[in-house]
Amino acid sequence: MSTRSLSKSRLDIPALLAWLIVALVIVGLFSPIFRPDFGVMDVPRLSLCLVILAIAAVRYELGFMRNRFGDLMLGFVTAFAAWLLIGTVSNHPGDAALGFWALTAAAWASAWLFVERLASWKNSSKSAARLINLAIPALFGITLLALWQIVVTGAGVPKVLLPAPSEIWLRLIGSVPTLWADFRQTFLKAVLAGYAIGCGSAFLTAVLVDRVPFLRRGLLPIGNLVSALPIIGVAPIMVMWFGFDWPSKAAVVIIMTFFPMLVNTVAGLSASDTMQRDLMRTYASGYWHTLVKLRLPMAMPFIFNALKINSTLALIGAIVAEFFGTPTVGMGFRISTEVGRMNVDMVWAEIAVAAVAGSLFYGLIALLERAVTFWHPSVRGR
Amino acid sequence: MTALAGAKDTEMVEKHKSASPDRVIDIEKLSLTFETNDGPVHALSDIDLKIEQGDFVSFIGPSGCGKTTLLRVIADLEKPTAGSITVNGVSPEEARLNRAYGYVFQAAALYSWRTIAGNVALPLEIMGLSRSERQQRVARNLELVNLSGFEKKYPWQLSGGMQQRASIARALAVEPDLLLMDEPFGALDEIVRDHLNEQLLQLWAKTSKTVAFVTHSIPEAVFLSTKIVVLCPRPGRIYDVIESDLPRDRTLDIRESPEFLKIAHRVREGLKAGHSYED
Ligand SMILES: Nc1ncnc2c1ncn2[C@@H]1O[C@H](COP(=O)(O)OP(=O)(O)O)[C@@H](O)[C@H]1O
Ligand SMILES: [Mg+2]
Repeated sequence: MSTRSLSKSRLDIPALLAWLIVALVIVGLFSPIFRPDFGVMDVPRLSLCLVILAIAAVRYELGFMRNRFGDLMLGFVTAFAAWLLIGTVSNHPGDAALGFWALTAAAWASAWLFVERLASWKNSSKSAARLINLAIPALFGITLLALWQIVVTGAGVPKVLLPAPSEIWLRLIGSVPTLWADFRQTFLKAVLAGYAIGCGSAFLTAVLVDRVPFLRRGLLPIGNLVSALPIIGVAPIMVMWFGFDWPSKAAVVIIMTFFPMLVNTVAGLSASDTMQRDLMRTYASGYWHTLVKLRLPMAMPFIFNALKINSTLALIGAIVAEFFGTPTVGMGFRISTEVGRMNVDMVWAEIAVAAVAGSLFYGLIALLERAVTFWHPSVRGR
Repeated sequence: MTALAGAKDTEMVEKHKSASPDRVIDIEKLSLTFETNDGPVHALSDIDLKIEQGDFVSFIGPSGCGKTTLLRVIADLEKPTAGSITVNGVSPEEARLNRAYGYVFQAAALYSWRTIAGNVALPLEIMGLSRSERQQRVARNLELVNLSGFEKKYPWQLSGGMQQRASIARALAVEPDLLLMDEPFGALDEIVRDHLNEQLLQLWAKTSKTVAFVTHSIPEAVFLSTKIVVLCPRPGRIYDVIESDLPRDRTLDIRESPEFLKIAHRVREGLKAGHSYED
């Protein structure tokens, strides 16, 4: 009784979505999908697919196939519908009309419904649960890309404003050698070298600062000042000091990553509590033993925090620094020149490479963090 | 021989007497005042106490009477504000640097990134013992506290009582002549507590260790000790020192004997009187 009234009082999103999909498909079937007068019946495959989609969506409400097979079928039909929509609209760029938008909305709502159903798959095994946890953000991303593709093509958004994902993809696979050269110059040289030197030297400085109290008072404010320097001012100076090639970009990255690492490590080194330190004292433990066996392990969550922040900062720093003078290669160089030539798809291709590289870099460090700080309450629960 | 030299000689003799070779802890007129924002807290006042080699001394008293502070002074984790103290005839700091004692804290204070075996091995690593020696000592002392089989677990995978037992194993692994234990069994249930009491007593009888032991429990204090020190609060001071004449090798059934109950009665009276002091 009580559970029924509870579920009634809450909004039943899946049911709402299902009926919304039915309504949208009906609108789509009976109004023109492309200007001037192009109905969905002119594309039999699409109309058939969307009718199946609507049935698959409301089957829960109508009371059949209320199982995982039905859910999976909904997923497949949704994917097929999205694929057909993308294919159809590419023949009528800029001509999309009410019916087409209704069908797009229906496909989008059914992707949402599919994710809702996936999320409610209970009592699955542990590995299946992990797979679902990975699938949901992936589906989210794919849906976003598909919507981007459909909306940009259907509404005929000018390429300079926003190219479609397909155009970006074509440009990307068409310029792999250029993109690879840029990636090597910016990421493999400037970012990695700057990141390693910046984080490494900041770590050593932090240990030194911690050991010599007067340095803490003298060096920390200076570090603070350096970190407040605007990158736009620093980058040209670094180019003058270290030349046009990647070392000047690495220098900018060092400046950007040094301070977060310094501050976090210094804070981490004093994170141990009194009893833990007293314990070491009763063992007559020397400075190095206490550092290695107590204070560094305690500092690891702080250090990894800085490493993660810095992985993003380093990429931004290196790309922006290339706007201020560079040999004719590099991700930042490419972005600034291709914007000038209105080759926006190339800019987006570089952005895509940067996004993937940045995410992988961050993810790698996050994985490492989990392995090193497995004992920390924030990690061990998961 | 001049008068001056004679005076020096008697001084030497007296010094020798006070620092007898069996004296492990010698505390004279010791006071400790914490300066806090709410004014001074007299944690210890005018403490006089001698502990001989092989003594098992329990400290009992209401909370806040300075038991922990006294143990911390002995361990050189706290500096007294007045009076003198020697441990093994030298200053507490020197004794600490000689690794003269093992300390069991009120909480387990295990490092959560180390396994149970790793935690017990921690002091041994710092002492620079060989790997095989470490492994032997870890196994032996974990067995002593009934934690064999939990070597590879992490502290947060164990119950509070098991963690506390691991911390006791860690202190024992150092094999110190002096054990300082701050309510080590306070978090354990009765059965485990009885078992560990017996183990501790056996260990003490076998190895002639000196033990300074803080407890809240009168039976525990009487069962374990050769000497019971009753403390009372504000300012923290010694109210009574009871020398126990129970035989050194005891079993748990001694707790029903009249001698045992007599000592327990005296401790209880001392605690009551110490309490009524403040009213
Ligand atoms: N570090 C400290 N700073 C200030 N006051 C303290 C400190 N440590 C202990 N005290 C005070 O000293 C008194 C004795 O404390 P403690 O030795 O912990 O008592 P017990 O162990 O007998 O319960 C208490 O009043 C306590 O508040
Ligand atoms: Mg205490």
